[in-house]
Amino acid sequence: MHSSKLALSVVSLTLAISIAGCGNKAETGSNVIKIGSVAPLTGPQTHIGKDNENGARLAVDEINAKGLELGGKKVSLELLGEDDQAEPKTATIVAQKLVDAGVVAVIGHLNSGTSIPASKIYHDAGIPQISPSATAVAYTAQGYQTAYRVMANDAQQGKALGQFAVGKMAAKKIAIIDDRTAYGQGLADEFEKAAKAAGGEIVAHEFTNDRATDFSAILTSIKGRTPDLIFFGGMDPQGGPMAKQMKSLGLTAKLLGGDGLQNVNFMKLAGADAEGVIASSPGLPIDSMPGGPAFRKRFEAKYGAIQVYAPYAYDAVYALVDAMKRANSAEPAKVLAELPKTDLQGVSGPVKFDAKGDTTGGAVTLYEVKGGKWQVLETIK
Amino acid sequence: MDIFAQQLVNGLVLGSIYALVALGYTMVYGILELINFAHGEVTMIGAMVALTVIGVLAGVAPDLPGVLVVLGGILVAIPACMLLAFGIEKIAYRPLRKAPRLAPLITAIGVSIILQNLAMLIWGRQYVSFPEILPTTKFEVFGAHISLLQIAIVVLALTIMACLWLLVERTRLGRAMRATAQSREVAELMGVNVDRVISATFIIGAAIAAIAGVMVSAYYGLAHYYMGFMLGLKAFSAAVLGGIGNIAGAMLGGLLLGVIEALGAGYIGDITGGFLGSHYQDVFAFFVLIGVLVFRPSGLLGERVANRA
Repeated sequence: MHSSKLALSVVSLTLAISIAGCGNKAETGSNVIKIGSVAPLTGPQTHIGKDNENGARLAVDEINAKGLELGGKKVSLELLGEDDQAEPKTATIVAQKLVDAGVVAVIGHLNSGTSIPASKIYHDAGIPQISPSATAVAYTAQGYQTAYRVMANDAQQGKALGQFAVGKMAAKKIAIIDDRTAYGQGLADEFEKAAKAAGGEIVAHEFTNDRATDFSAILTSIKGRTPDLIFFGGMDPQGGPMAKQMKSLGLTAKLLGGDGLQNVNFMKLAGADAEGVIASSPGLPIDSMPGGPAFRKRFEAKYGAIQVYAPYAYDAVYALVDAMKRANSAEPAKVLAELPKTDLQGVSGPVKFDAKGDTTGGAVTLYEVKGGKWQVLETIK
Repeated sequence: MDIFAQQLVNGLVLGSIYALVALGYTMVYGILELINFAHGEVTMIGAMVALTVIGVLAGVAPDLPGVLVVLGGILVAIPACMLLAFGIEKIAYRPLRKAPRLAPLITAIGVSIILQNLAMLIWGRQYVSFPEILPTTKFEVFGAHISLLQIAIVVLALTIMACLWLLVERTRLGRAMRATAQSREVAELMGVNVDRVISATFIIGAAIAAIAGVMVSAYYGLAHYYMGFMLGLKAFSAAVLGGIGNIAGAMLGGLLLGVIEALGAGYIGDITGGFLGSHYQDVFAFFVLIGVLVFRPSGLLGERVANRA
């Protein structure tokens, strides 16, 4: 009874919003092309979200300053920034809001957890979505012809990590721990596949969760299998204490992780025991990107320091506009037909898409903590 | 053998922290028959306050030995938690003392949520890291690595338990507490100031919780506004396992739950041939809890209290 009432009110609310939205739908003949940008602009990831929006905004401003002509008409781009709070539920609401506002494409969202539910709405509306930073494999595996990304996905990252562990790190016996989240499990499974294929032996695969702080029991049981490398698929709040507990249990194995560990917070939590930990991050360090240093200058003049993904949001806008130019139109259907043919030299590297919408030029960079800092080890392309 | 010894050490350290928090649950339950769900959050506040003080102290006097800095943190956290628990009891529980038993229980859950959100506002959503100022000396016993911190945690926990036992069994306040637990009305007729005894119970439990909170954050190197929830749940289970309302039971239950958890996580994969992995660690612990309660509904050391009220 109660739930049906709730459902009814949700339906009527959605209806009200969509009717209200019809009023400000852009006419197709208008000279302003609306593009959406979605990222968390409140909450703990605010700084990263704003960074994405600024990256996209920089590209839009540059393109407008240069002037854009489509179908013989001068047009200008308008970026509509929305806040999804890194919440899947909010993501679908703002996605619908953007569709109703008549955007022709969306740059976003920042997280995999928000990009995936929102992608259905963009797919149903038939407008392209290019995420600068979602890395979950599932995002492009849904068969939507509208979902693209410009960053290497978790499968590519896990594969690079697995090959690196057995190859460069010469690990023979490997133990794996994952936190059973979509991200952690996905990364760990890809790592396991690649490490096995490269000839490594998986001696243990243990599990924890994304709220845990005590890993002494699983680490002790892993210690009995004498691995020379432990791979952790998960985030820094678990990785930090894990690095500490490894040391205090007298484990000599190296700790290897994905981009969930490759941040400043991990080093704070692991303290001195962070030393020697290796973790990867999709993409290149900004200063090694082909257009990195120049981009940094232009970006910092306007918005201050770059956080992480701004160059990818910037490239996503350029890839989109590039497709518009080839289509000689901003009509979503025509742009979608052109997007798979993208071959662009972006700031972050070459931007090309495969049949699924994943980037083929995505690089993965490995970092090691040396002297209390993440230092670049090498980049795998 | 060395693996087993190490798991035992892991479990004992974890268990003694559970036991300390469990004491707070069991003492309040013994007297009021109230499950004080906000107790886990009191532990969290203790950790957060201590971390703040430790951060300030380490910044102001970087030459001070780490042990003294942490002691300073504990010494501020204890009165802070005592004050908090006194306030919670006075504002949230006392007005409801004559209300049906469900009312204060719901209030306790409410207080717990309020404290969590308050901590989130004050200290943020980020994990706060514990500065590395404690010595990291290690010993090897039977192949198990034991750190000085682990020894300190277990020894301190056992000392606190002994002190509490002396307090309850040998002092006037302790006798008043036992009397109030047996029958509030009769104790009042005998001249016991029941309100004061109840306040004292909350305050003592909170002081112990503050110490436990600092132990947890020092041991794992972090604190978080959410950390009290799971810790509280585990400690509550430990109290139930030992027999809620029974102080010795809380100690036993805590230690036992810690050891079961460690051994469970360590061996469940081997026992089930890989069918169940270490992510069933918590399931295993609660399975044991259910098993015990089926055969001994009042816990390992608990007395039958069902028909007392």
